[in-house]
Amino acid sequence: MKTPRQVSLPLVLLTALVAVFMLAPITLSVLAGLVNNYSAGLKSGLTLRWLSEVWELYGGTVAASLLLALLCVLGNLLIGIPCAYALARSRSRMARVFEELLTLPVAVPGLATALALILAYGQISGFRQSYAFVLVGHMVFTLPFMVRTVSSAFQRPELYSLEEAARTLGAGFAQRFMGVLLPAVLPAIVAGCLMVFTLSVGEFNLTWMLHTPLTRTLPVGLADSYASMRLEIGSAYTLVFLLVILPVLWGLQAAGTLIEKHHGR
Amino acid sequence: MSSSTFAPPRLLLACAAPAAAFFAAFWLLPAVQLLALPGKLGWGTYCVVLTNTRYLQSLLQTLGLSLAVTLATLVLGGLVGITLARSRFAGRKLLLSLLALPLSFPGVIIGFFIILLGGRQGVVADLADALGLGRVTFAYGLAGLFLGYLYFSLPRAIVSYTAAAAAMDFPLEEAARSLGASRWRVVRDVWLPELAPTTLACGAIVFATAMGAFGTAFTLASKFEVLPITIYNEFTNYANFALAASLSITLGLITWLVLFLSRRAAGPAAAGA
Repeated sequence: MKTPRQVSLPLVLLTALVAVFMLAPITLSVLAGLVNNYSAGLKSGLTLRWLSEVWELYGGTVAASLLLALLCVLGNLLIGIPCAYALARSRSRMARVFEELLTLPVAVPGLATALALILAYGQISGFRQSYAFVLVGHMVFTLPFMVRTVSSAFQRPELYSLEEAARTLGAGFAQRFMGVLLPAVLPAIVAGCLMVFTLSVGEFNLTWMLHTPLTRTLPVGLADSYASMRLEIGSAYTLVFLLVILPVLWGLQAAGTLIEKHHGR
Repeated sequence: MSSSTFAPPRLLLACAAPAAAFFAAFWLLPAVQLLALPGKLGWGTYCVVLTNTRYLQSLLQTLGLSLAVTLATLVLGGLVGITLARSRFAGRKLLLSLLALPLSFPGVIIGFFIILLGGRQGVVADLADALGLGRVTFAYGLAGLFLGYLYFSLPRAIVSYTAAAAAMDFPLEEAARSLGASRWRVVRDVWLPELAPTTLACGAIVFATAMGAFGTAFTLASKFEVLPITIYNEFTNYANFALAASLSITLGLITWLVLFLSRRAAGPAAAGA
């Protein structure tokens, strides 16, 4: 254990100031969602009234976002994990090119991806007006995160010998993949799933372009409430978002610590 | 590492095929169409961002804002990261988690936070009013935009710099100090070089994110127009699809290039950063 080093006072003060700047708005927003009247402050008393109004007005968007995020995770599991394995094992140039291409939806602003999707598929109205359209956008955006996380786990040296050992003992590919490889990279898969879930629930840049009045998500509803509802409702809605996202983030952190403990950094 | 005899290429191809098909259908193909669209109005449409003064101004404003935000984020994030890496106090881990929390907020929430701080009903307006300065608002102009962008950029910088500073070579710094190096020389000759890889990687991500950010500016309905808002207006309000596509291509090229160059400069050693 290293001994704590001296930190100068100005640095401590600066850090405190930055921490206040980062945390004050969150606190303020949580409080504003729970008081009777924002301009009167805490004196006006606490209430759950705004939360129940949010539930009435926007409850559907919460359910939609959760379902969408789950489907996004599921889709990522189905196509992302085999892809991560292929990219981890392949030495071909094609694989490197594909890996590079796959990250483009993250490197390019969501607005551009959304425009491209609308130009290409906007005419197919059955697709355009369904949640599938939003889902496709979310999957394109989150796939690189899942693939990269799981692919680097597949590349751990001991997995090569483990797989080789299973093979010499006569295990077929399906058996090796399901019985040996998947359990070995499970923490990375869990971390990838939670990451994809968080990204999907909070995605706005793509979703605002892709949504229709009938296919709204939580962040889309948030934008609507900020523009047209009173401050208390916007705040209560923000609180709902925090309540949705916090358990997932906590799980993500736990998964991260688990991976670190098992395999080092 | 090289033994891949038990994974024949055909098998690997089959594993990658579903993702490749999905990606080709829903990103590559649409992106190619987007790239081709401005060409239908003539080649000049690709350079519209340079020839149209309104677009050029929007681009320059976005570049300026993103650069300023990146610089401020790196300085503040670096100092806070070093401080947090070296301090030991109760609740330090909790504070770190809380500071990382906004990484998962959509941009709209951050716009709303700025309204809570500097809007017409904001805290600053209340405080200023109590002090007899009148109801000061800053949410809807450049200052609000700058603070909002700073808000969503800082968590990434703080997290990266805290991790990097924890791995820094302390004996080197102590040696420099005991040899009489001034505080400024320690910063220049020890901190900056040791944190350079983090600065490069983090700076590129922060800059690219700021360039493409949409939600925060959208919520603030800012008087200071940034390129994503210009693109959105062209597309939604004026239905200028080719122009919106051209501007998106410009924006996408800038963000991709910055990220690509930073990775190139970092080399394979920092590929995991």
